[in-house]
Amino acid sequence: MKIKISIPTERIHNPIISESIIETGILLNIMVANIDSTYGELIADVKDSRFDKIKNALESRGAIVAILDRPIHRDEEECVECGACISVCPMKVYAFDETWGLCVDEKKCIQCGMCIKMCPHGALKLGE
Amino acid sequence: MVEKSVHEINKKIEDGSVNVVTAEEMVGIVENLGVEGAAREVDVVTTGTFGAMCSSGLMLNLGHSEPPIKIQKVWFNNVEAYSGLAAVDAYLGAAQISDTRGIQYGGAHVIEDLLRGKEIDVHATSYGTDCYPRKVLDTTITLNDLNEAVLLNPRNAYQKYAAATNSSKRILNTYMGELLPNFGNVTYSGAGVLSPLSNDPSYETIGMGTRIFMGGAQGYIIGNGTQHSPSGGFGTLMLKGNLKEMNPDYLRAASFTGYGTTLYMGIGIPIPILNEKLAASTAVRDVDIMTSVLDYAVGSRDKPVIKQVNYADLRSGSVQIDGKDVPTSSLSSFKNARKIANELKEWVKHGNFFVSMPVERICCEGSAKSMKQTQAVPLVKDVMSDFIVTIKKNQTVQDAAKKIWENSFNHLAVISDTGELVGILTAWDISKAVAENRFDSVESVMTKKVLTCAPNEPVDLAARRLDRYGVSAMPVIDAQRQVLGIITSDNISKLLARRY
Ligand code: SF4
Ligand code: SF4
Repeated sequence: MKIKISIPTERIHNPIISESIIETGILLNIMVANIDSTYGELIADVKDSRFDKIKNALESRGAIVAILDRPIHRDEEECVECGACISVCPMKVYAFDETWGLCVDEKKCIQCGMCIKMCPHGALKLGE
Repeated sequence: MVEKSVHEINKKIEDGSVNVVTAEEMVGIVENLGVEGAAREVDVVTTGTFGAMCSSGLMLNLGHSEPPIKIQKVWFNNVEAYSGLAAVDAYLGAAQISDTRGIQYGGAHVIEDLLRGKEIDVHATSYGTDCYPRKVLDTTITLNDLNEAVLLNPRNAYQKYAAATNSSKRILNTYMGELLPNFGNVTYSGAGVLSPLSNDPSYETIGMGTRIFMGGAQGYIIGNGTQHSPSGGFGTLMLKGNLKEMNPDYLRAASFTGYGTTLYMGIGIPIPILNEKLAASTAVRDVDIMTSVLDYAVGSRDKPVIKQVNYADLRSGSVQIDGKDVPTSSLSSFKNARKIANELKEWVKHGNFFVSMPVERICCEGSAKSMKQTQAVPLVKDVMSDFIVTIKKNQTVQDAAKKIWENSFNHLAVISDTGELVGILTAWDISKAVAENRFDSVESVMTKKVLTCAPNEPVDLAARRLDRYGVSAMPVIDAQRQVLGIITSDNISKLLARRY
């Protein structure tokens, strides 16, 4: 499953992620990381069965962990299959199939919301 | 030499022997049979396009009220329509936005709602006359209640369109969609191989009076579109069709974030293959249709061309810019364009649609002019103050405080030893440094990220930047970063006061 790990300012200088991985032995597949001196936000993939354990390890060190379980939802009635959403999605959730229809691979979605603003037909929403 | 007449082709449509293919299929047919063979075999080629066409609108007639009103201003679901016509006629433009909901809802949405049978609130006002005494009117209507509801679209079915990208460091919200920073994406529009005008670029069969597929109904071309520029391959068409016969599958309202509303129209044009020349032109492929990728970071009419591409490049999913693969997005729907070409093909095949010759040709040469502007556009250098106090970056905070105090000037431009702008210092920065007990060099307390502008930039662009970043002044610098002056929101308000 995809999770979002937020690291508040006061903890940003601690090696929270590494410590948690070493402690639990659970591998995190980090997909997006935005870290600067004031704040950190990571999107990672983790096995469903290992979620509770890594969550506890991270949260005991001051991180905030949230499950990204409200991926993008497309209203097929509104969608005209233009493909405007394709180029703005950082995770390549959208693609054309061989008939120029739109394929949506929601599993890859990290809920960043970029595509929602792009869609001219208001066909995209988060989590439904 | 193959020569057929529209009359002969229509006879074949009538007896069911017509051979009709889509413009996509025609490419392979011409490859296999050659131009002459294809011209002999194929009678009609259908094209299609489905995309944003802002220059669309609805001409409508409400019927007379009791007591009657000569409508001066009218709103449909709070979207204003033009009613400077006879008493109860109005023209509702697709791009007009709602007085209450802004760009979320516009004329295009009213048109789609009407087509979907929804009720629309009408509010109208007037000055009242002896023959039309009424001054205010409120009612609710549906499409059926209108006498006429005719889509009258001044500019549709662009032959092709320039693609868009963005070299700047921020997201741009445009009518070409969301353009990501640092050439993050490219957006484009147009059906390429299926584009109606790209399949008959000499306007042999596409002209005034040509019967077409429009929004799922039969419509007509009534002339060239506005801004028609056939010489550069940017021809356009003016269209007319009865909204009451249309189908919402082929007519969709849309709203572009930060830009406004528009109407997605589905248009299909049949091209009767009268001769080899038409067989050859309908074999046009995506690779044959060239367009430019323009940089929308430049807020000017003439945007720099980043590169030339063809529609095959654009439709491949990415194009190269500066050695990087940049993802592309289509704003028009190729799937729907294809659906339209196929639907029109079925109509012709089953004798439900007959081809026509134009009653008058559309001109196939020439280009649209730019606007004649009699008032010079004010430039930054015309309104900036050339008095600006500078300070060297290694001077002290105290020196800075003194300069501000002596000159009663709020901004100091911080410069290097060679006079290049390196930062800006405000009275506020100084108070902050003092409060924090920091009395080091100017360099350590100044703001390094300075918004600047160039002397030859139009004031409107500078004003938009000041607004967007919420700052009150920007140094004006030349290409060598030498400070020439400063432009403040004060300078701009004075200019505006003169203008209005
Ligand atoms: S941008 Fe919107 S309408 Fe276009 S394909 Fe994506 S979801 Fe569909
Ligand atoms: S929300 Fe972000 S990650 Fe999810 S589909 Fe949209 S653009 Fe892609």
